[in-house]
Amino acid sequence: MFVTAAYAQSTTTEGEAHEPAAAGEVHTETGVAPEGEHGTGVFPPFDSTHFASQLLWLAITFGLFYVLMSKVIIPRIGGILETRHDRIAQDLDEASRLKGEADAAIASYEQELATARAKGHSIADTARETAKAKATADRTAVEADLAKKITAAETRIADIKSKALADVGAIAEETATAVVKQLIGGTVTKAEIAAAVKASAGN
Amino acid sequence: MSNDPTHQFLVNKIVPIEIGGIDFSFTNASLFMVATVGVAAGFLYLTTSQRGLIPTRMQSVSEMSYEFIASMLREGAGSHGMKFFPMVFSLFMFILTANLLGMFPYFFTVTSQIIVTFALAVFVIGTVILYGFYKHGLGFLKLFVPHGVPGVLLPLVVAIEIISFLSRPISLSVRLFANMLAGHITLKVFAGFVTSLSALGALGIGGAILPLIMTVAITGLEFLVCFLQAYVFAVLTCMYLNDAVHPGSH
Repeated sequence: MFVTAAYAQSTTTEGEAHEPAAAGEVHTETGVAPEGEHGTGVFPPFDSTHFASQLLWLAITFGLFYVLMSKVIIPRIGGILETRHDRIAQDLDEASRLKGEADAAIASYEQELATARAKGHSIADTARETAKAKATADRTAVEADLAKKITAAETRIADIKSKALADVGAIAEETATAVVKQLIGGTVTKAEIAAAVKASAGN
Repeated sequence: MSNDPTHQFLVNKIVPIEIGGIDFSFTNASLFMVATVGVAAGFLYLTTSQRGLIPTRMQSVSEMSYEFIASMLREGAGSHGMKFFPMVFSLFMFILTANLLGMFPYFFTVTSQIIVTFALAVFVIGTVILYGFYKHGLGFLKLFVPHGVPGVLLPLVVAIEIISFLSRPISLSVRLFANMLAGHITLKVFAGFVTSLSALGALGIGGAILPLIMTVAITGLEFLVCFLQAYVFAVLTCMYLNDAVHPGSH
């Protein structure tokens, strides 16, 4: 509506060399304007006839705009941003909580691993100690057994040796008797030969 | 179409209203103030109606403008200044939307009226003065006495400070008004060259290419200016509010 009115008005002004500052044009300007409201011929933005109307309507519209902004729009956008901010903070908290949980899980896993490793070590140690003790015990037993056998063998050897040595004396006497008999043809008393053998054995 | 570049700034009555002998008519300026409020509030309202946790493109535009002004105000006036957030946000959105609506052909530019920008500037400075005296009493006057000035120079400096404070509403309003006015006039003049040159026949049409390119380029520039002036207005508002919140801190 306004555009057509303005356009109609502008078409009527067309063709007239309109000079706002020129006093001669004031009458054409008043003639053109339907209500003659800008008949002062001043530069339109400085036309004070509309100041009251502009101020009133600016006060009404800007006042309404201010109320709308402060009561509706700003709380709403502020609320949206707040919600988003809270949501992001909440998500970050959740993420850090989950990270904490993961860290705790890793820590407990590590600890369990360490415990298991220590336990494994101790089991191995125990086994090693047991095996070692058993081996030592076995070896001691075997050694004792061997020592016993060696002692028995030594005793037997000594027995056999002494027996053999005793036999050697008798054999030497017989041999000596036989040798003497052969050489001399006489007989030597058994006691003399025994003394002689003993004497040579003593050498 | 008129070739008069100032014609676009004429205020026309749509619904004549007169109260107590004063003209309060609903004019085309009033219409575009209503349109500005409708477009800005409607955009912000509709784009945020989903309240999406993950914003749509349009919702993120609304959120970006919110966060843009919020960070601007927090940097300019500190966290104590955040109570003025609705005011700065409303001013920025109103001026930005009014500037951008003015870029449509045949649309009226609300911010090209000195009385409108002056009223907005007075609103800002008035808020600064009222809040400053309400919060700090006479301590607000420390604003005019900078620290570390030698006693001899003090009267001169105070006088300069007072003058600069008083010139703020003027500079604030004239900056926005003059930028919008000059931009639209330039645009209109170059666009007028295109029509008048192309009326001169083949050679004229060839010659009209240059102003046409200029018109396109200036249109782009004007969109930048629309945003920039709304931004400058909001930044300066934040700076002036900082004086009300922390007087004597500069």
